[in-house]
Amino acid sequence: MSRNEKPVLQVKNLFVRYGEGCPECATHLEKNRCTVCGTVWAANDISLEVFPGEVLGIVGESGSGKSTLMQSLYFDIEPTSGQAYLNGYKDGEADIWQVSAAEKRDIKNNVMGMVYQNPIRGLRMNYSAASNIAEKIIAAGSRNAGQMTARAEELLQAVEILTSRMGEAPKNFSGGMQQRVQISKALANNPSILLLDEVTTGLDLSVQAKVLDLIRKIKNQYGISILLVSHDLAVIRMLADRTIVMLDGKIIESGLTDQILEDPQHAYTQQLVHSLL
Amino acid sequence: MMHILEIKDLTKNFYLHEANREIKSCKNVSFTLDEGQFIGIVGLSGAGKSTILKCINRSYLATSGEIIYNSQAFGKIDLTKASEREILYLRKHEIGYVSQFLNVMPRTTAKEHVMNALLETGEAMSSAKKRAEEMLAYFKLPEELWDIYPNTFSGGERLRLNLAHTMVKTPRLMLLDEPTASLDNKTKVLVKDMLIKLKDQKTSMIGIFHDLEFMDGVCDKVFNITEGRIL
Repeated sequence: MSRNEKPVLQVKNLFVRYGEGCPECATHLEKNRCTVCGTVWAANDISLEVFPGEVLGIVGESGSGKSTLMQSLYFDIEPTSGQAYLNGYKDGEADIWQVSAAEKRDIKNNVMGMVYQNPIRGLRMNYSAASNIAEKIIAAGSRNAGQMTARAEELLQAVEILTSRMGEAPKNFSGGMQQRVQISKALANNPSILLLDEVTTGLDLSVQAKVLDLIRKIKNQYGISILLVSHDLAVIRMLADRTIVMLDGKIIESGLTDQILEDPQHAYTQQLVHSLL
Repeated sequence: MMHILEIKDLTKNFYLHEANREIKSCKNVSFTLDEGQFIGIVGLSGAGKSTILKCINRSYLATSGEIIYNSQAFGKIDLTKASEREILYLRKHEIGYVSQFLNVMPRTTAKEHVMNALLETGEAMSSAKKRAEEMLAYFKLPEELWDIYPNTFSGGERLRLNLAHTMVKTPRLMLLDEPTASLDNKTKVLVKDMLIKLKDQKTSMIGIFHDLEFMDGVCDKVFNITEGRIL
C-alpha cells in the first residue's frame, strides 16, 4: 500500500438542499430542516473517499441522507453544490457532477454500478434476466450477441441464478433473486465501484445471508470497491472495512468499523450501537 | 535492541453520553516492547488490560498519549494517529490480535476463515489452503470440523480457530487478549509451544493472561495493571 494511494471515489462538500435556504439556516436547523425558511438540507457538507478494494459502510437512520448521497452519485438527483471524482473516469481529474448528460450516461454504464433497495428501480421487470444484463452491455457500446449471451450467462452463474432461468422475466423471481439479478446487471461492464443502497432490506434472513455472501464474494474475487448503505449495523459489521455514520444529512462520525462498534464517540452512534441485538 | 513498540503516556477514558459519565480506563501507561520480546499483562478484571491492547489495535481510540510502532511498511508510525487505511494494512500484514471471542463472517467454514487471513495478504489460493490446513491440524481442530460453520463450535474449538486465524500469518506484533481462557491443559501446551516458536522467529507479543503458570517460560516481563496504571 502506498501512502499516496488514490481513492476510487472522492466526494467533496456535497450539499443537497430542497428549498432556497436563508441566512438563518446555519443556526436554525431542527434535524435537517430550517425552522425559519423550511428548507430541507438532505445532504449537508458530505465529504468522503473510497479506496481500491475496500467496502465503505454508511449507516444512519431513515432521513439521515444516505440515499440522497447514493442518488447524487448515480445522477438520480442533482446536487446543490459539491464535487465528485472517480479514478476510473478521466483519471479522477473531472468533477462528474459537472460533465455533460452523455458523459454521465457513459459513467453510469462503464464506471459505476448501482443496486437499489427496490429492484423495480434497477430492473426492467418484464424483460428477461439476460436482456436486463444485455441492455447494460449494449449501453456501453457492444453489439455482439454471442458475447452478450456469454456474459449474461457468466454473471447469472456468479450470482447463483440458474442459467435455465435466464430467459425468464424478473417479475417471476423472488425478492432475493431479483436483488441478485440487479447485482449481476450492475457488474455487467466491470465497474470500478459498486453502489449498494439497502440491498438486503426487506429480505428474509436466509435470503439476506445469500445476498451478503454474494457481496463478500464480489469484493474478494473482483477486488471491486463498494459503497454500502445500510441502516442495519449487523450488515455493516459483516462487510465494511470502514464506516461513516450519518445523521440529519451530516457525517457525525467515521472510523474503522470495529472501532465505531466498540468505541463509538458520538451520542447518536452510542445509542445506535447499544441498540444492536 | 530495536523497540518494535513504544507506548508513551497512554490514557483512555470512555465518555457515555446517555449517562453523562466519564469512565477512566487506563492512565499514563508507558512501556516499550523489543523485537522478539514477550510482555505479559496481569491484573484484576476491569483494571484496563484489554483497553491497552485495543488501543494498540485501534479498536479503541486513545484519549491521549502515543503508540509508536516500528512498521516494516511505513517505518515509525503513531498508531493513535495513523490513517484508517494504514491501520487496515498493518492489521492484514503486520499486527495480529487474538481475543477470546470468535468473529467470523456468517456462512464461512473454519478452513475458509483461516484461509481468508492469508488471501487478504495476497497469498495464492493453493498455498493459503495448504497453510490453513497445517495450522488447523497443529491446533488439533478435528478434521471433520474444518468444512463446517463454526457457530456450533465449543469455546475451546473457537479459541483454537481464532489462534489459527491469527498465527497463520506469523505477524510481527501479536496482541493476545486472554488466548488461553477456556482451553484445556493439552491445548494450552500447544499454544505455549506455538508462542515460543513465534518468539524464536522474532514475533513480538503482548499477552493478557490470568493463568500465571502459563506465563512461566514464555514472558520476558510481566506487568501488573491496577486501576489503569502499571504497578
